[in-house]
Amino acid sequence: MSDAPEWLKHAKKHMNLTPYLAGIGGEIVDIGTPARARVPYSEKLIGDPETGVVHGGVITGLLDHTSGLAVMVKLREPMPIATLDLRIDYMRPAKPHQDIIAECECVRVTHEVAFVRGTAHQGDAKDPIALCTGAFMIIRGGVHGIPVTP
Amino acid sequence: MSDYRSGDPAKLMEAIPYCRHLGITTSVENGALLLTMPFAQRLIGNPALPALHGGVIGSLLETAAIAQVIYEIRGERLPKPVDITVDYLRSGRAVDSYARARIARQGKRVVNVHAEMWQEDEAKPVAALRGHFLL
Repeated sequence: MSDAPEWLKHAKKHMNLTPYLAGIGGEIVDIGTPARARVPYSEKLIGDPETGVVHGGVITGLLDHTSGLAVMVKLREPMPIATLDLRIDYMRPAKPHQDIIAECECVRVTHEVAFVRGTAHQGDAKDPIALCTGAFMIIRGGVHGIPVTP
Repeated sequence: MSDYRSGDPAKLMEAIPYCRHLGITTSVENGALLLTMPFAQRLIGNPALPALHGGVIGSLLETAAIAQVIYEIRGERLPKPVDITVDYLRSGRAVDSYARARIARQGKRVVNVHAEMWQEDEAKPVAALRGHFLL
């Protein structure tokens, strides 16, 4: 998104370099509404060796990361945030050998808390793998020296 | 029947590539299953703090729940998550993590599992999970 403010572009770059995301081979695709991230299928993500289905934790991780990004998209300035809770409903197992895409939108920001809804799918958002609901604490005023990441 | 379905959680962790990626191992202490995830750089979500990624914490807790079900119930297949809720209570620091789970309710097809993760002090949990899994 070319019209994103500089700090948000910086935050995107920062969040793409997160060791966990890099370790699972994931990347941020879009810092818009919705915020979007993707993880290509790979052997190390498998949670069920007999079916080759990706571990639920990968989906949780991608949705958590994308939810945090969605909160940042809604904020007008960089602020540290922290996940309060995350609920994931697993609609169906992820098909092996296909990318997983997470799309999250921050539906409301109050002074201290941000609320997020998200979907994980494999190309068709109407056929989701999982849905998520999350709440994030916004640490206004920030904590000295802590950059904006979830 | 595969090795990991023998009810041996250590074999289960070895058989699951994502658990190997996270470095999760299991042990049994006084008949109770304990999961250990030694700190590693690839688990970091916020390098500045540094703090573990929320997804890593969720992954460890979900794995603890699955391992507990395999350990206690020994089903014919891996339990499938239906839904999970993770409460993040404290920041996960750059140290070793531990997790334990218990089956709160076992039905014919579905189990309700609670899991907790902590670091240095079990009385100060970092995160807690509640979830349903299909047997």
